[in-house]
Amino acid sequence: MNCIIIDDEVTARVIIEQLCSKIPDLNVLDAFPDAMQAIKYLNQNEVDIIFLDIHMPDFNGFDFIQALKNPPKIILTTSDSQFAIEAFEYDCIVDYLVKPIVLPRFKRAIKKSLAIAVKPSEGLLNSSNIAVSSGDYLYINIDRRLIKIDIPSIYLVEAKGDYIHLKTESKNYTVHSTLKKIEEKLPDDLFLKVHRSFIINVQEIIDIEDNSVLIKKDIIPVSRSNRAELMKRLNLL
Amino acid sequence: MEQPNLSYINDLSGGDESFKEKLINIIRMEFPNEREIYFKNIESKKFKEAAEVVHKLKHKISILGLEKGYEVAANFENNLIQNSELGKVDFESILSAITDFLASYDVIL
Repeated sequence: MNCIIIDDEVTARVIIEQLCSKIPDLNVLDAFPDAMQAIKYLNQNEVDIIFLDIHMPDFNGFDFIQALKNPPKIILTTSDSQFAIEAFEYDCIVDYLVKPIVLPRFKRAIKKSLAIAVKPSEGLLNSSNIAVSSGDYLYINIDRRLIKIDIPSIYLVEAKGDYIHLKTESKNYTVHSTLKKIEEKLPDDLFLKVHRSFIINVQEIIDIEDNSVLIKKDIIPVSRSNRAELMKRLNLL
Repeated sequence: MEQPNLSYINDLSGGDESFKEKLINIIRMEFPNEREIYFKNIESKKFKEAAEVVHKLKHKISILGLEKGYEVAANFENNLIQNSELGKVDFESILSAITDFLASYDVIL
């Protein structure tokens, strides 16, 4: 069995490597200090098990799992027991190890994972092609490249068939996804769907007419049904 | 007061002295840095950032066999998340105990 380790602490990675060395036929292919490096690795390689820390800066363990299309078996390694209930909402999570991990408990986790059928990792982002980190940014998948986008820099999202067009202060992106999926990932206090094809960053509104808003240089239609909510969001005199 | 010890590290190493030394050296390398970050954040009242580093230190506290210390750190981490410094004194005494322990590492081994 081949595995990888994802943990931002060197100490934790070294301990898990040591525990793995006690299990015959369990090979540690690599160890990563953050989830993004692991996603890049999984785009090129298949693994049987991932030892995954939950509590990591920027992109936590659950963000990572949600970003995988077909995750392999995952054993969570954490110092927090309070995530246990959430953890078992994921089919791919086979066990939950609380640090400091001791060898007998580690062996039990491996035994448990062996009892479950192998699911190969494809390592791609899920069908939305959008993964949100725990910080103020999200990642989009374009041509198997993960591109980091600062959420407040997005000022307009437009639906175009099977794609969405994302406009930011510095660059525009076209992603294979839907408006509904990105709407779920954007913070409600900053973004509003004003039309079935448009989501706007309300802080970037320059002016509003009856049925449209001006965002930067774009004039965006506002549906009658969305107008009341838009007006509620504005700091009107 | 509970004192840091190598019981967990000894069990984990299973007699592998080179692994034991490697792990202790990593802790000796990471701990002072994390401790410094903790004090900087706590002095500037950056509680969320302090909680992040307490989380990392919590793992080291458990590796060094401080079971009660781990509970103290876990409670303090939660308090910091809620912008409270409750438990600071007890937590900092654990940091002192670890600092002394790591300084005497050569003697212990």
